[in-house]
Amino acid sequence: MSTSTETIEQFVNREYQYGFVTDLEADAAPRGLTEDTVRLISSKKGEPEFLLEWRLKAYRYWLTLKEPEWPNVHYPKIDYQNVIYYSAPKQKKDGPKSLADVDPKLLETYKKLGIPLREHEKLAGVAVDAVFDSVSVATTFKGKLKEMGIIFGSFSEAVHEHPELIKKYLGSVVPYTDNYFAALNSAVFSDGSFCYIPKGVKCPMELSTYFRINAADTGQFERTLIVAEEGSTVSYLEGCTAPRRDTNQLHAAVVEIVAMDNASVKYSTVQNWYPGDEMGRGGIYNFVTKRGLCKGASSKISWTQVETGSAITWKYPSVVLKGDNSVGEFYSVALTNNYQQADTGTKMIHIGKNTRSTIISKGISAGRGQNSYRGQVKILKSAANSRNFSQCDSLLLGDKCGAHTFPYIEVKNTSSTVEHEASTSKIGEDQIFYCRQRGLSTQDAINMIVNGYCKEVFRQLPMEFAVEAQKLLGVSLEGSVG
Amino acid sequence: MLEIKNLHAEAAGKKILKGLNLTLRKGEVHAIMGPNGSGKSTLAQVLAGRDAYEITAGSITYLGQDLLDLEPEERAREGVFLAFQYPVEIPGVNSTYFLKAALNELRKHRGLPELDAIDFLQLVKEKMKILELPQSLLNRPVNEGFSGGEKKRNEIFQMAVLEPRLAVLDETDSGLDIDALRIVAEGVNKLKGPENAQLVITHYQRLLDYIVPDFVHVLYDGKIIRTGDKSLALDLEERGYDWLLEAYEKNGRRAESVPA
Repeated sequence: MSTSTETIEQFVNREYQYGFVTDLEADAAPRGLTEDTVRLISSKKGEPEFLLEWRLKAYRYWLTLKEPEWPNVHYPKIDYQNVIYYSAPKQKKDGPKSLADVDPKLLETYKKLGIPLREHEKLAGVAVDAVFDSVSVATTFKGKLKEMGIIFGSFSEAVHEHPELIKKYLGSVVPYTDNYFAALNSAVFSDGSFCYIPKGVKCPMELSTYFRINAADTGQFERTLIVAEEGSTVSYLEGCTAPRRDTNQLHAAVVEIVAMDNASVKYSTVQNWYPGDEMGRGGIYNFVTKRGLCKGASSKISWTQVETGSAITWKYPSVVLKGDNSVGEFYSVALTNNYQQADTGTKMIHIGKNTRSTIISKGISAGRGQNSYRGQVKILKSAANSRNFSQCDSLLLGDKCGAHTFPYIEVKNTSSTVEHEASTSKIGEDQIFYCRQRGLSTQDAINMIVNGYCKEVFRQLPMEFAVEAQKLLGVSLEGSVG
Repeated sequence: MLEIKNLHAEAAGKKILKGLNLTLRKGEVHAIMGPNGSGKSTLAQVLAGRDAYEITAGSITYLGQDLLDLEPEERAREGVFLAFQYPVEIPGVNSTYFLKAALNELRKHRGLPELDAIDFLQLVKEKMKILELPQSLLNRPVNEGFSGGEKKRNEIFQMAVLEPRLAVLDETDSGLDIDALRIVAEGVNKLKGPENAQLVITHYQRLLDYIVPDFVHVLYDGKIIRTGDKSLALDLEERGYDWLLEAYEKNGRRAESVPA
């Protein structure tokens, strides 16, 4: 084996850094899922009747569904009766009123993850809502945002403080009937984030959520709902990690976004759930439904994701382009290494006139990783003069990995245009040698090549996230000169 | 500066270099000529440290060090530069960024402070003039979408920025029209100095109209079968390689006894 190939393997075999476990007492539901579990979760959270009813409907519907088998991923059957559906760190009575009330061990965990909540409160820039196992722990910057009429905090809080908004929008983009995992999430979701940007308000800072699965055998089912009223703008960041464990853990989240007339929502994710070890043991099953509705005219929803973690990723952040002139975007980098499998992509459903969508997908496969892009572009009859551009690239590192592309294109009118480009390339020994001949180490060369390959996507990320994403791929930030 | 002794190299079990001897001193320009498949590019790749080639015998000493002991990037940092025959494209990697990273690796290795963006840009602008390259090239990804001629000129531009002690030019003239050839050759000549040496591998004598070598070597069958001055190149231009190769074969493939 040549030196370069060895180094490629070392590079991609870096160990997971966020695999620590925090020793906290947890208040957990018994294993398994019945109507009682759903009732227990709802009552633990003191939810209003309408929400319990909705959960129960979702649960009953879920019972009628079969787990989907069409994704290009393989895993042993999940025993849904062996999962813990609710786990919360034990708290003093009512839960934290401010950061001072939060368990210091928890704060320590977030610090290890590089999310110093205390500092965030002081430094302008990012407001963080952190979800630990199932419960939202603390939200920074809440006061400041409140002055502008922005609601940003845990889903549970929003249920109590703004039940009318929850009632109006929950399930309006992803109904509980949508798919198997969405139904499951709707029945048992324990917390998540809620964000509401009132009319005409430009959110002055990035809103950020961190998700962390800590307890063993726990499923995390969070639910995020973002509503952007007419003319508003928000940029939302989501990051995730989990401890290293030998068993697989289930993560089935739902994210819903609603954008009214001229509203713009940018949703960025750096997903770094524990991917399992080099033999493919353990790791998170990441089965997520993310969808945005461009409800109003000239609204815009943009998804950017960097997916490096999880044993299995099953995720298609989508946009329904209902409003005329609305815009949907999807930028994705997905890395699979060792035995990781990813089946990810997007759906762009064009309903309104003159709607536009862009899809840029960059898959990187290493080790024995399997990476599939699956994307649907659907242009309905009503969507006159609509346009889509899709570009799906795959990069292979080594010769035991795989890349697959499954595009589905459906156009129902004659005035619209759809473009699809796809490429597959191998990281070249020639490229690495060229860099080394100019004095760069193999490591730096690979970093640079991979970074260059992902550039179109990284460019879409907010600065601090771009840095994190590039660190995650082991690449250093490209300094721009001049 | 560079001493190659009895070098044997093979790739995938095929013997390519079979006892090559070559010595370059500071300030010298050597040309290596020879028919296709004689081992010219292999020599260039071996000097740069390509691991597809296995060295089965012989030695290469560069500035008193065993060159074969060094990794490709260490050789580069010690001042060995290869202008590639086929420069690869690196999509998405900005040319300026790439070259700045390379130069700073070299500077770090030599204990010099790294250049910041402003100083680097100034240096680059000066060097671009030598090669008559458009400034827009700096903002493009490395070699991506470059024409064949631009790629070759870009190699010499990188050489101008990195200022190597030993520059190996692997058929830099191929694919260049006459104007580009002149520009590239002039660039190479400007980079010549008393402290460095150049090894110019070429198929045609026309490059040597512009880059005047101190020595011309004919490489055939994995070894140098003839060494002469500039006039040897002109001879070859006129008479071709056949007379030389026939003489070599007649002599039982022994290089040293080929008559003039």
